[in-house]
Amino acid sequence: MGKQELLQYVEDQIEIKDLPQFKAGDTITVQYKIREGSKERLQNFQGVVLQRVGGGPTETFTIRKISSNVGVERIFPISSPFIEKIIVNKRGAVRRARIFYLRGLRGKKARIKEQRF
Amino acid sequence: MSGLIGKKIGMTSIFDEAGKNIPCTVIEAGPCVVTQVKNIDTDGYEAIQLAFGEKKENHTSKALLGHFAKASVAPKKIMMEFTRFEAGHQKKFGDVLTVDIFIEGEYIDVVGTSKGKGFQGVVKRYGFKGVGDATHGQHNRMRAPGSIGASSYPSRVFKGMRMAGRMGNERVKMINLQIMKIIPEKNILVVKGSVPGPNGSYLILERWS
Repeated sequence: MGKQELLQYVEDQIEIKDLPQFKAGDTITVQYKIREGSKERLQNFQGVVLQRVGGGPTETFTIRKISSNVGVERIFPISSPFIEKIIVNKRGAVRRARIFYLRGLRGKKARIKEQRF
Repeated sequence: MSGLIGKKIGMTSIFDEAGKNIPCTVIEAGPCVVTQVKNIDTDGYEAIQLAFGEKKENHTSKALLGHFAKASVAPKKIMMEFTRFEAGHQKKFGDVLTVDIFIEGEYIDVVGTSKGKGFQGVVKRYGFKGVGDATHGQHNRMRAPGSIGASSYPSRVFKGMRMAGRMGNERVKMINLQIMKIIPEKNILVVKGSVPGPNGSYLILERWS
């Protein structure tokens, strides 16, 4: 067996949760668990997906939202055990896989056209 | 001690029970064959020789072919001697060792040859700080080593002074790497952290009890 196949074999054993399909430009809500002492509770993070990086169980995605006039970005690993659920709120129509240009835009300019089916 | 010869496959990451994302290295470890048992009477010291890795017969010298034929195994690429092998694991000629000798959660040492970096300056090679400023009259000394010694006394540069030179491509041992996972059916060992060398390089895995 080659190196790639062996690495694939190890990565195949890592469980990935059943998450909905989403890509850059979509607006999603990530429900993730937060541990406070011994208590666990859920928190939401809603924003625009900027990019998805990597593949397999080590893939990550970046979400950006504007919180009290400050841009906040968060990177989630796709196989993180803390992700409870992902809800896709809006499908955005963008031409790029990585929409970093959004960082330089504010207000009305920072809108993303919704995808028409 | 006990040990194996392995091959670096690549890196990935695994979430542990606490939810921490742990960087891991995947190693193909064994199966290794005992191709020689050395003892004090005939060799002057005690050791076992392990062999690992596929090798074509027409790439093997006749002398080595005979050596492998003695243990009745196909030619192997790497041979390595392990001294002070554990009494409990005392192996005989022709025995096959697999990842079973390790237990999940225990700590091993991994020896490999680091990636060659070529001729490097002191900033990369020894972590010198260089000159901090790009301005204030400074123009081409950003990564210079500075003084390498005093003048009239001792009038020479001390031996072992750290200077620019060849970096990497040397034997490096990483100690106390935790075994995260063992997959016996594919001879795979997953250890926490990184190991020296490029993917596909050969490694020595040692467990000291």
